[in-house]
Amino acid sequence: MSVLSIAKGMGVTLSHLFKKPVTVNYPEEPAQIKPRFRGRHHLLRHPDTGLEKCIGCSLCAAACPSYAIYVEAAENDPDDPVSAGERYAKIYEINMLRCIFCGMCEEACPTGAVVLGHEFELADFRYDDLVYRKEDMLVGVKGSKWQRREAERKGKAVKLGFVAGHRPELEGVDY
Amino acid sequence: MDPQLADPWYITAIKALILCAILLGAFAYMTLVERRILARMQHRVGPSRVGPFGLLQPIADALKSVFKEDITVSAADRFVYYLAPFISITFALSAFGIIPAGPEGSLFGFDPWVIDLDIGLLYVLAVTSIGIYGIFLGGWASNSKYSLLGSLRSSAQMISYELGLGLSVLTIIMIAGTLNLREIVDLGVWSVSPWLWPGLVIAFGTFLISGIAEVNRTPFDLPEAEQEIVAGYLTEYSSIKWALYQMAEYVNMMTAAAFISTLFLGGWRGPAFLDAVVPGISEWPFIWLLAKMAIFMFLFIWLRATLPRLRYDQLMRFGWLYLFEIALGAALLTGAVIAFVL
Repeated sequence: MSVLSIAKGMGVTLSHLFKKPVTVNYPEEPAQIKPRFRGRHHLLRHPDTGLEKCIGCSLCAAACPSYAIYVEAAENDPDDPVSAGERYAKIYEINMLRCIFCGMCEEACPTGAVVLGHEFELADFRYDDLVYRKEDMLVGVKGSKWQRREAERKGKAVKLGFVAGHRPELEGVDY
Repeated sequence: MDPQLADPWYITAIKALILCAILLGAFAYMTLVERRILARMQHRVGPSRVGPFGLLQPIADALKSVFKEDITVSAADRFVYYLAPFISITFALSAFGIIPAGPEGSLFGFDPWVIDLDIGLLYVLAVTSIGIYGIFLGGWASNSKYSLLGSLRSSAQMISYELGLGLSVLTIIMIAGTLNLREIVDLGVWSVSPWLWPGLVIAFGTFLISGIAEVNRTPFDLPEAEQEIVAGYLTEYSSIKWALYQMAEYVNMMTAAAFISTLFLGGWRGPAFLDAVVPGISEWPFIWLLAKMAIFMFLFIWLRATLPRLRYDQLMRFGWLYLFEIALGAALLTGAVIAFVL
C-alpha cells in the first residue's frame, strides 16, 4: 500500500462528499418500480365482456414451484357465465407467504388471466390474511389487504407507495 | 496549594466541569457528524430521521444505550469489570485540561485552560497511556478468552505506538526547551529556524500516524477488529458500559487532534497575516484551536471512510520497524541541527 494509492483512495472518498447520495427515501418519496417488476397477482377480465379470463384449468397451480396456488374449478352456467370458457375458478387462492414471485403462473396461464402486478407492500399481521382470495386479486382491487383495511378504517383512498412503469399486460388494472 | 494553580481551586474545578460538559457534548455530536460524513462518502444519507437533519440522534442514542439490556458476565471480576470503562473515560477526559485554548485571561478574565502544568507534555503522554489500563483491565475482568486476547493485542499495539509518539514529541521538546504547552505555543516551533523544518515535518508525520494509532482509529482500529476477534476487549460489554468505552475513544480522538494542533500547528494562535485584515484576529481564543481540531477530526473520519484495517502483524512491523526509526531519525536530525548549526 503505497502513499500514492492511499492518496488516490482518499480522493475517491472525498469526491463522493460532493455527489448526491443514492439513498431512496422510500416511505416519503414513492419507490420507482421497473415495468417488469413482479409484485402482487391480479386476475384479469376480458375488457369488452367483463368476463373473467380465468377458466380454472389449474395450470398455474401445477407450474407453481412453491405450491402457493390453489384452484377449484366449477362448470359455468351457460346463461350467466362467470368466465369465457366452459369452467371458471370457483375458488382461487394464492398464499402470499409461500409465493416467491417467480412469475411461473403467469407463464403457464393459457388465457393470460393471472399476472403479477407492481404492488409489493404486502406485510400483514396474520397468516390467514396473507392468503389472497379471488376477490382480493380480481382486476380493480388496489393495494394489499392491509392497505385496504387501513384505508377503510380511515375513510380514505388506498395510498400506494410506488410509481410503476407501463406494462401492456397490466392495462386496465387500476393502480 | 500548588503554586502553578493560578486561579483559586474552585475556579479550576468549575473550569474542569465546564470542560467535561463540553467534551461530552462534543462527543455526542461527533458521533453524528462522523456518521453523516461517512454516509456521504459512501453514497448514503446517514442518520436523518430523529429531529431536523437527525440532530436529535445523539440523544436517542444516549437513551438507547442507557435503557438497553445490560448484561454482566457471571464469572466476571465484578469490581474491575465495572471500573474499567471509567478508567478509560476518566483519563481520556483529564488529558484535555492542560491544552491552552487562547491567550492568558481571555476566558472572562480567567485563563482558558484548566491548569498550567510545567510538565504538560509529559502529563498528556502519561495520562493517555493510563487509558490503556481501562482497555486491558476490561478485557481481563470479562473472564473471556476473546476479550483477554483482544485486550492483550490492544496493549501490545498501543505500546508499540507509544514509542513513535514519544520520539516525535522529543523533537518538539528539544526545539522548545520546555514541556509547558502554553510556552510551546507562544514560542512557535516553526519560527525558530528553517534548519529545523525537515525534522519538524517528519516528526509531524510520525506523530500524526502514531496519534491515529494511539486513539484506535481506522486503519489502526485493531482492538475492535470484529471480523477476527469478536470486538476484542469490549466483547462482553453492553449498553452504557460499552458507550463509555466509545466515549473514551472519541474524547481521545479530540485530545489527539488538539494535541497535534498545539504542538505542531501553533495551537490557539491563528495565522498572523490575517491581522492585516481584522486586527487581532490571530489572538482570538478558541476559534483557531477549534478550527484546527475540526480539520484533524475530519481527517480521521476521512481516513476511516477510505482505508481498510491493517493486519495485526503489519501494524506491529510498521510500528516497531519503521515508525520508531523514522521518529528517532527526526529527533537525531533535530538534535544535530541544534548542536551544530544553531
